[in-house]
Amino acid sequence: MTAPIETTGAAAEAQPEAVLKGVEGKRIEGRSLGQIAWLRFRRDKVAVAGAIVVLLLVVVAALSRPLQALLGLDPNSPNQSLIDPNTTLPKGDLGGMSGDHPLGVDPKFGRDLLARILEGSWVSLIVAFGATLLSVAIGTVLGVVAGFYRGRVDAFISRMMDVFLAFPLLLFAIAISASLQGGAFGMEGLPLHISVLIFVIGFFNWPYMGRIVRAQTLSLREREFVDAARGMGARGPFILFRELLPNLVGPVIVYSTLLIPSNILFEAALSFLGVGIQPPQASWGGMLNQAVKYYEVDPQYMIVPGLAIFVTVLAFNLLGDGLRDALDPRSR
Amino acid sequence: MTETDDSKKIPVEKSAGDAPQEAAEAAPPTAAPAAAGPEPLLRVRGLVRHFPITKGLLKRQVGAVQAVDGIDFDVRPGETLGVVGESGCGKSTMGRLITRLDEPTGGSIEFEGRDITHLSQGRLRPMRRDVQMIFQDPYGSLNPRHTIGGIVGTPFRLQGVEPEGGVKKEVQRLLELVGLSPEHYNRYPHEFSGGQRQRIGIARALALKPKLVVADEPVSALDVSIQAQVVNLMDDLQEELGLTYVIIAHDLSVIRHVSDRIAVMYLGKIVELADRKALYDSPMHPYTKALLSAVPVPDPKRRTQRDRILLKGDVPSPINPPSGCRFRTRCWKATEECTTTEPPLVALRTGHQVACHHPENAPNDQ
Repeated sequence: MTAPIETTGAAAEAQPEAVLKGVEGKRIEGRSLGQIAWLRFRRDKVAVAGAIVVLLLVVVAALSRPLQALLGLDPNSPNQSLIDPNTTLPKGDLGGMSGDHPLGVDPKFGRDLLARILEGSWVSLIVAFGATLLSVAIGTVLGVVAGFYRGRVDAFISRMMDVFLAFPLLLFAIAISASLQGGAFGMEGLPLHISVLIFVIGFFNWPYMGRIVRAQTLSLREREFVDAARGMGARGPFILFRELLPNLVGPVIVYSTLLIPSNILFEAALSFLGVGIQPPQASWGGMLNQAVKYYEVDPQYMIVPGLAIFVTVLAFNLLGDGLRDALDPRSR
Repeated sequence: MTETDDSKKIPVEKSAGDAPQEAAEAAPPTAAPAAAGPEPLLRVRGLVRHFPITKGLLKRQVGAVQAVDGIDFDVRPGETLGVVGESGCGKSTMGRLITRLDEPTGGSIEFEGRDITHLSQGRLRPMRRDVQMIFQDPYGSLNPRHTIGGIVGTPFRLQGVEPEGGVKKEVQRLLELVGLSPEHYNRYPHEFSGGQRQRIGIARALALKPKLVVADEPVSALDVSIQAQVVNLMDDLQEELGLTYVIIAHDLSVIRHVSDRIAVMYLGKIVELADRKALYDSPMHPYTKALLSAVPVPDPKRRTQRDRILLKGDVPSPINPPSGCRFRTRCWKATEECTTTEPPLVALRTGHQVACHHPENAPNDQ
């Protein structure tokens, strides 16, 4: 007789929190989807651990320079007294670990590794965040527009995404970074390298974001609440900003969190290849690059930046997965 | 029916570019005595909606789904017009057309005497206050990211209406009106049951005090017990606020309960349009008869007595509908005439229109 009531999505979503904490007389307060997501997220211990590590990393990266000063370490001051002049390796065990240099020093120069890791952390994160922000901005705007207006607009934007995805990104990144080494756009040195990295990584990653947003928009615009808004006389921008965008916040947050670690890896890869951050500026990829020459005799030098990258990427991925489960429980 | 003289004028008034067939259909040849009713609130003439089917890179049109193919009806102020038909007969498309959520291919829609057939969305805005829609899916029709207060208050914001005492107060009054608590103002849709959500949808539809409410399957997604509540609520609100309803449904018992007049649709056309009593007591179109015979009878004794008409086959494709009468492929009374000529929708009795060459229960003089 009657059509079956849809029980899969909304009902399942509402259930876990429907259990009220039986406090009599207390007014039942409505929970927003955000609050529910937060409750769900809090129960996911792995994701919370990821979030804590990410938070720590961000704090450390933001306070990188003051921390270095506080510890009395400098990432770029060589210390030949710690280097064995015959082998150019650090004196002592474990890559020269000591009270003064908790993670040891690098071979050949004797620069403190902890300071260099700290210095590399803010570079890594600023590039990753910047590139992600750029991808998200371009991807969300173009994705929403393509999904909402469909037709030719969609066809044009979608083909553009295909072109970007088919682009030999790594080769392009190497070429553009190499050709801009000297100085461009009124910048030089570190700011230039960071800007170029953000641009290259961010500008070529937007189609991933764009596709997700476009697909979400396509499905959202057919929902009845969009018709309802239209039936009340809503125009395109109202529907776009008031009805569609709030529903896109979840997926966008989730995929940005998952985009950050891949961007960190990409930055490290470019620096490793020598076209990203240039020495003597410390960067995790650059450190790995130099460590390759010493991995047999001084494995410590490779393990330290490797671990830094590993922990950072893992933490962001765990956080992103947790956020996805919390914000969008149906997509598992 | 007040279409005696008016309807003959309509094809002349209509803009060019309409489908040619409708000129013939839109002029019912009868001279039924004009009911001295009031001016219709909504007047639909020869309404057509074809969805083009395109093929290939160049989007060459190879055909069309004739979802709505030339329908005429009036909706009088204060009445409830029920629209029934099986899935895919075009009743939802019709609902979307008269609320102008969709663009008609041909025909005309007049609301309060004003032609709104091809008005742009911008120029439709003032009209939107008077025509509101209640949707089928209570889960899809409320934006999950907005509070109930935000959802029910949206019409005021969109139309720039400042109700007495402020939007919040008015929204809370509306929530009470549909049987919800004003304290639900800050809650989110996911915290409500299907029936409650549908009430929220009704509150939103009523916010601007519309004249016409189009309800597309308002209860089909609800439990039967809840269906009754919502239907009764809609009934009460109609009395209280003097609303006019167009209710689209596939459930004959719901339609019977709520409607004053009923239109039966089959494959994009109205085959019968009559007062509720006339339609249920003496259906004229064979399809209506078959449809009514399918209503379950709760009494097992009576169940054995009635003759159940089983239709053969499926509904033909609306891409390539049968010639002549669209129902002829499944009709037990079909003759040669039905293949060649399409029966027009004519009034065989006062206020009882039917499109059939061999109507049942026909008055003797016909």
